[in-house]
Amino acid sequence: MKPEEIQKIAETEHDLRMSYKYRINVCCSSGCLPFGAQKLLKAFEDTIKELGLERVCKVARTGCVGTCSVAPVVLIDPGNHLYQNVKPEDAKKIVQEHIINGQVLEEYLYKNEAYFSKQYRLILRNAGKIDPLRIEDYIAVGGYSALAKALTQMTPEQIIYEISLSGLRGRGGAGFSTGQKWNFVAKSTAKPKYIVANLDEGDPGVFANRTLAEADPHAIIEGMTIAAYAVGAEKGFIYIRAEYPLAIQTLKKAIEQAKSYGLLGNNILGSTLNFDIELRLGAGAFVAGEETAILSSIEGLRATPRPRPPYPAVSGLWGKPTLINNVETLANVPLIILNGGTWFSKLGTPKCTGTKCFSLTGKVKNPGLIEVPMGITLKEIVYEIGGGVPDGKKFKAVLVGGPSGGCLPESMLSLPIDYESLTQAGAIMGSGGIVVIDDESCIVDTARFFIDFCMDESCGKCIPCRAGLPKVREILDRIMLGEGKVEDLKVLEELCYLIKDASLCGLGQTAPNPVLTTLNYFKQEYLAHIVEKSCPAKKCILKKVEVVKE
Amino acid sequence: MSERIVKLIIDGKEIFAKPTDTILKAAIDNGIQIPTLCYLEGLTPHGGCRLCVVEVKGNPKLMTSCTTPVSNNMEIITNSPKLIKYRKQIIELLLAERIHTCSVCIANGSCELQELASKFGVDHTNVSRNWERFELDMSHERFVLDHNRCILCTRCIRVCDEIEGVHTLDIKRRGKDSMIIVDLDEPWSASYSCTSCGKCSAVCPVGAIYVKGKPLSETKRKELPKFITERRRR
Ligand SMILES: Cc1cc2nc3c(=O)[nH]c(=O)nc-3n(C[C@H](O)[C@H](O)[C@H](O)COP(=O)(O)O)c2cc1C
Ligand code: SF4
Ligand code: SF4
Ligand code: SF4
Ligand code: FES
Ligand code: FES
Repeated sequence: MKPEEIQKIAETEHDLRMSYKYRINVCCSSGCLPFGAQKLLKAFEDTIKELGLERVCKVARTGCVGTCSVAPVVLIDPGNHLYQNVKPEDAKKIVQEHIINGQVLEEYLYKNEAYFSKQYRLILRNAGKIDPLRIEDYIAVGGYSALAKALTQMTPEQIIYEISLSGLRGRGGAGFSTGQKWNFVAKSTAKPKYIVANLDEGDPGVFANRTLAEADPHAIIEGMTIAAYAVGAEKGFIYIRAEYPLAIQTLKKAIEQAKSYGLLGNNILGSTLNFDIELRLGAGAFVAGEETAILSSIEGLRATPRPRPPYPAVSGLWGKPTLINNVETLANVPLIILNGGTWFSKLGTPKCTGTKCFSLTGKVKNPGLIEVPMGITLKEIVYEIGGGVPDGKKFKAVLVGGPSGGCLPESMLSLPIDYESLTQAGAIMGSGGIVVIDDESCIVDTARFFIDFCMDESCGKCIPCRAGLPKVREILDRIMLGEGKVEDLKVLEELCYLIKDASLCGLGQTAPNPVLTTLNYFKQEYLAHIVEKSCPAKKCILKKVEVVKE
Repeated sequence: MSERIVKLIIDGKEIFAKPTDTILKAAIDNGIQIPTLCYLEGLTPHGGCRLCVVEVKGNPKLMTSCTTPVSNNMEIITNSPKLIKYRKQIIELLLAERIHTCSVCIANGSCELQELASKFGVDHTNVSRNWERFELDMSHERFVLDHNRCILCTRCIRVCDEIEGVHTLDIKRRGKDSMIIVDLDEPWSASYSCTSCGKCSAVCPVGAIYVKGKPLSETKRKELPKFITERRRR
């Protein structure tokens, strides 16, 4: 295939798309499938056929629209009309009214404008709009034109220059400069070189990468292929957890299609680039997402982290230079190539450019997958997009950054979302988990919950994390039982600092965050358990309290 | 190998080293002591015990000296109060993790953990101690594997894999549930791969793998991996 042919497909497909007056997008992603999305898709297809509207209206399966809490959903274009909680038996009525009579059905309409108004859907622009299982759908909306541009008009150096200029930073957690990382790998002289796209996504309650893969798999493949050209890699791996069957299927299909179109394989788009992608399934350990543990896992060893240096860019898979990027990072790449690094650098904040996907969960009215510009405040996310805490409960804290994130109080809600501000506040970007906690939750219990997770997921290689986290948990247990002492808080804090500073990998280095931040912002709740033997949220059953009351 | 030499400062002392040296090697060669436990010369460094962490100027993270190569103009501190405190805490956590009642242990007197504890003045633990008991594997005619003393340093695994070349030993499970296993978690006597060479017992820093009926002082040979690898290189 030649670049012109891609252009041709894009035009044909675009014309085809335009030839329909309506397009009914039925979300068939993981959030909607359990609520009967497949049946719904069929109901719409059957109805359209029955009424002979095949040439007027296209019914398509798509990825996640972002409103999984009102699943299943259907998005009708033009006009971006989003219908919620649609049942198969509603299909007839919707087609009759919306498609035939041109009347929007108010009673099904998703009316929560605030949820989308503060979002900026860049990475997720195609989610809910294209059929992820059709490469032609992706090409129709400009897909693979960035790859064509990169291969025909740019040198690897120019690509790395644009990526550096964009200010793009890794979306997998640490926020390392992507341009710089690519440069390191490009400069390494050893051959062959590898690329690993990280789709392990082990944080509980986080589903942004899965959603991306289910909704727009080719964006990941295109980003990887451009990266391959830029750093000189021949082989790529997408490391994905086996618990993501739909994403795996979708990616598998996408890779096959890309191969059959000559967008993967030898002499891609007539260039000298040879690049192939293989899926590697992980067994679902959280630590397997750590970049050096991934290397071990792909090599067929136990997924345990290795000390760095050597960094993967120098000595990665089988000792060869390896570029490891998160899939969201990679999905930004085609956009930067098409629109230029300068364009991207103006999104978000100067030091933290672009957008970020967050999985918003916990006690909020509108949970879901959101994409926001960097620099947006936590308040906007929790109250405007999330709609605040439901059922008249009060906001207590927000945990930012997944299980090893920081628990931030109301007074910190004006904090802008960027790597530095979050780290300074004791939280992390992590893989973008935001959990809202209301006043019915006990802060000590919350901290213990996350410590429990990290303790169970510790690989056991290094002592601070392996032997330290169980002790942290033990102390929290004691406090929750009303058996804590004031001195315990000092031991707790000292343990946390040891684990944070001396652990080998990011798991141990961040695991104490929930405890350290709650000790910092919610000390009075710890003291209430210890001194007054009472739990402000009335969650913990404290031994001493029972004795006094009864 | 090029004979390029790098200059670095360790604890205020200017020293020279080969660029391929680790911080630990450079320190030892210049008479500077850094405590280690999982490290053993002749085996691939593991980076697990974290006792050897040092501060490197300009790097916010602590680095393990057994794995980090030197670079020119590096400034290193090996013994700040913070580092000493962390080392004490690590020793404490190890003592609390399994049952380390030295007075009744076969390794009493020739145990590296005990030695470190006394060197760092760790005579009690601030955290509670675990008393869960694991069954001993006494099935092998010559060796005993006592999980109750094991500190999971993986020296035995590495020596068996890298020096003896059979990889009989490995770890099962993860985190606090990690446990040394023989072959596919079988009794030692049922092991097909074990050659009964005894290298694991020679390098175990504590009393977790030992030879039946012999005092540990007689069977420990810490220098063995170094000795063998040097011979092999010749
Ligand atoms: C315990 C642990 C789990 C991690 N899990 C993931 C993950 O699931 N996905 C991911 O992209 N990065 C994960 N990371 C971060 C990776 O180590 C690595 O920094 C990242 O993939 C690099 O890509 P980026 O530069 O594009 O962010 C994890 C790190 C740690 C310490
Ligand atoms: S910090 Fe925890 S997960 Fe990471 S290497 Fe150490 S024990 Fe393993
Ligand atoms: S005796 Fe030798 S072969 Fe057997 S486990 Fe120990 S080191 Fe391995
Ligand atoms: S048995 Fe000994 S050498 Fe092996 S891991 Fe345990 S303490 Fe280390
Ligand atoms: S999965 Fe359908 S809206 Fe999210
Ligand atoms: S001696 Fe370096 S980490 Fe154990």
